[in-house]
Amino acid sequence: MKYYDKLIFELSRKGRQGYSLPDTDWAESTVSIPDGLKRASMPALPEVSEPDTVRHYTNLSDMNFGVDTGFYPLGSCTMKYNPKINEEIAGMAGFQDIHPLQPRSTVPGVIKLYRDLSSALSAITGMAAFTLNPFAGAHGELTGLMIMRRYHICRGDLGRTRVIVPDSAHGTNPASAAVCGLETVQVKSLPDGTIDVGHLKTLLDDTVAGIMMTNPNTLGLFETRIEEIAGLVHGCGGLLYYDGANMNPLLGVARPGDMGFDIMHLNLHKTFSTPHGGGGPGAGPVGVAERLKPYLPLPRTDGEEPEENAGRISGFAGNFGVLMKAYAYILMLGRQNIRMAGPLAALNANYIKESLKDCYRLPVDRVCKHEFVFDGLEDRSTGVTTLDVAKRLLDYGFHAPTVYFPLLFHQSIMIEPTETESLETLDAFIGVMRKIAREAVEDPDMVKSAPHNTPVRRPDETEAARHPVLKFTDNRFNEDNYNRCGTGRL
Amino acid sequence: MSFAYFPHTPDDIAVMLERAGVSSLEELYSDIPDSLRFKGEYDLPDAMSEMEVRRYFEALDRSNTKLTVFCGAGAYDHYTPSAVKYIVSRSEFLTAYTPYQAEISQGTLRYIFEFQSMICELTGMDCANASMYDGPTSAAEAMLMSVASSKKRRRILVSSTLLPQVLDVVKTYASYHGIRLDVVGQAGGNTSLSSLDALLAEGDVAGVLVPGINRYGIIEDLTGFADAVHSSGALLAVYSDPSSLAVLKTPGEWGADIACGDGQTLGIPLCFGGPYAGFLACRQNLMRKLPGRIVGATTDMDGRRSFVLTLQAREQHIRREKATSNICSNQSLMALFVTVYLSLMGPDGLKKVNDLSYGGAHYLHDRLLATGKFSDVFDRSFLKEFVLGTTLDTDVLQQSLLDAGFFGALRTEEGYVSFCVTERRTKAEIDAMVDVIDKIG
Repeated sequence: MKYYDKLIFELSRKGRQGYSLPDTDWAESTVSIPDGLKRASMPALPEVSEPDTVRHYTNLSDMNFGVDTGFYPLGSCTMKYNPKINEEIAGMAGFQDIHPLQPRSTVPGVIKLYRDLSSALSAITGMAAFTLNPFAGAHGELTGLMIMRRYHICRGDLGRTRVIVPDSAHGTNPASAAVCGLETVQVKSLPDGTIDVGHLKTLLDDTVAGIMMTNPNTLGLFETRIEEIAGLVHGCGGLLYYDGANMNPLLGVARPGDMGFDIMHLNLHKTFSTPHGGGGPGAGPVGVAERLKPYLPLPRTDGEEPEENAGRISGFAGNFGVLMKAYAYILMLGRQNIRMAGPLAALNANYIKESLKDCYRLPVDRVCKHEFVFDGLEDRSTGVTTLDVAKRLLDYGFHAPTVYFPLLFHQSIMIEPTETESLETLDAFIGVMRKIAREAVEDPDMVKSAPHNTPVRRPDETEAARHPVLKFTDNRFNEDNYNRCGTGRL
Repeated sequence: MSFAYFPHTPDDIAVMLERAGVSSLEELYSDIPDSLRFKGEYDLPDAMSEMEVRRYFEALDRSNTKLTVFCGAGAYDHYTPSAVKYIVSRSEFLTAYTPYQAEISQGTLRYIFEFQSMICELTGMDCANASMYDGPTSAAEAMLMSVASSKKRRRILVSSTLLPQVLDVVKTYASYHGIRLDVVGQAGGNTSLSSLDALLAEGDVAGVLVPGINRYGIIEDLTGFADAVHSSGALLAVYSDPSSLAVLKTPGEWGADIACGDGQTLGIPLCFGGPYAGFLACRQNLMRKLPGRIVGATTDMDGRRSFVLTLQAREQHIRREKATSNICSNQSLMALFVTVYLSLMGPDGLKKVNDLSYGGAHYLHDRLLATGKFSDVFDRSFLKEFVLGTTLDTDVLQQSLLDAGFFGALRTEEGYVSFCVTERRTKAEIDAMVDVIDKIG
């Protein structure tokens, strides 16, 4: 990685062009639009040649770290390998050129993909049916909660306005509940992060719409009392929502549908290998139990539109391009390889945990699933923090783990290796983590001022928030545009 | 068993199990009650090789009818320059996560900053976020933002001329969030200012959402809208086609407080509806109410210009149930798509795209009227999309076009037929489609 300091606007020169479009065949142009409907001046977009544009973005890419660059042990994010066949398939011209409103009769291949992927997800999770529309995990959560509310409302059960969320849950859970008009009630966690069933019992009444859970939980531990929890929540008339963020270790082992969950979402960009794309696009399909099928949202690719539907939640039927990638991965896995996916993910996590627990604090010393959490360095005498360890890892060519989450501990380091990493990669990571633990004692200032080998070093986030600069403004560039457009709008 | 994506040899597994202190992979799951272990056979196909996977998808592709698209209605068949596809396929961008570790994510952070800058430039707004899921959900977020900004008001007005899917998604979000939604009527294909005034007079309005180009393809005249909305203490949001903003009056120029819409028109392929990228931008005074990821400029320890995710105090992972949005990602790669597209097109290229679309659409419009089978519904300016009344049976019309390889004449809720022409359509294609229509009895 090397530092490169340009913005595309700074490469702009008046009169350059990076496009190639055909000459017009038409008599008319936008000149005919009445002035009152037109903007006063041309937008100040960059004017750059194609080669300069390509080189600029290639230089930017050289300041980025992806799964293809190196090990990405980011807890709760399941940064597994993104197969290349997926990209080729989603990029096929035939799929790229399909308009979303084409009649069903012209897109039997698309309809088949939706049906095949839905069935596969049902087989893997034990849910009766899926909507593939939600665009992301958070969108899936919101959709799932809408289904939950709609179910209660359609039954005339109007008082169910509260949803129970563990205090260890990711912030998205309560935020989704709030957007859906539900009040969040927190249920306490025990020291190992599992739900305090005693506390849960005190919260259950006829105002509860349901509970949102991950399983395994945020610490990578299985909620062993899940059947009892399901019985309690169902007993009071509520529904169980499964946040699929932690589904990966259950591939080939267990299914949320068999545990009593009524609604769930999956993150196809985590569990099913579609790339994260620097923050999206992802896909967050939502699965439901048989009795909730009528509440699935619109639009539907099966042509049905039951009155109970939860409403339209997206312009069209989700991120089709992402759905194809996930199904390509499922076909590669097949019924045979899926058996190994979860167990190998759990093996990798336990291998790292056991190899480092003498130099990093392990608050819950149990067999974990796909991930686990350290509470900082074992030897904190020199004041080196989790943030320092994370930044020092970057110097050694590894992405940092998730840090300061979960909030159960002050110095959380959450590590999730996934099943696609080799023993050699894990050993290299373990070696570096041990070395950093030694450096923290022997040369703490060096660790506290890490990273040292990255394009930039600890950008000032406080300054960024205090004096927000959220867009490019440069006088020279604007002046250039001013001269060209003849108006001084900027 | 071996598999291309799992590197573990049997020897590796043995070594690792020993370190993990268990005797088998099975034992890693000993805490899961036996009753919950899945012991059946997965109802999935047998594992396939790459070649077999490719065959499956090629068969899907062959079964779909290849059509020349003369339809818009929220998804537009614009051309994607080759360089855009090449850049977004670079795995340093493709396989990265959200840029939490700024030191090794400056590539993502910089292009998002460029994206935000370009969206501000197109919309005439002061700040933009890092992108939303799609257009309709960006409109829903604009509504939530208006309600959150007003504190007490719980009513939103939406124009009846918005795309149907935008109206539907906004309605869904409103119904769960306890927002009262009222629909503003139209007059002659344009949102009606008098209908808006009447609804505003009833009070309690937090925000008003109107389109820049509407469901009939008409360029809306929003003269007087901002004054009416602002004098009632509400916010004005305009839902725009960002490609058209190279030419048309911007939301900022109309006096809007919020701009939203779908970035799909900026070169993102149709792809059956996704992935696209919504955008959301606003005036400076609303900056801290803007949901989603936002990138800001700063300096690092050595004084180098750097970029970071900023204003995170707004977001769900900090504010939990007090957050006004649950958004925790963006459509980052699609934002890159848009950014590279706009870099290549520049102001002149984007204007030319509009000129070619405008010219083609008006040519088709005139040729259709000349067949004697269609009539104008509205006498208003349009850009690349328009609706007509027709004497033909709309089902027969659409099917005849499909049989000849064209997707056009989409039937609207009102019984009109809608057509759209982008720069990708040639004169020969338009003439061929009109010939088909000419021959319909």
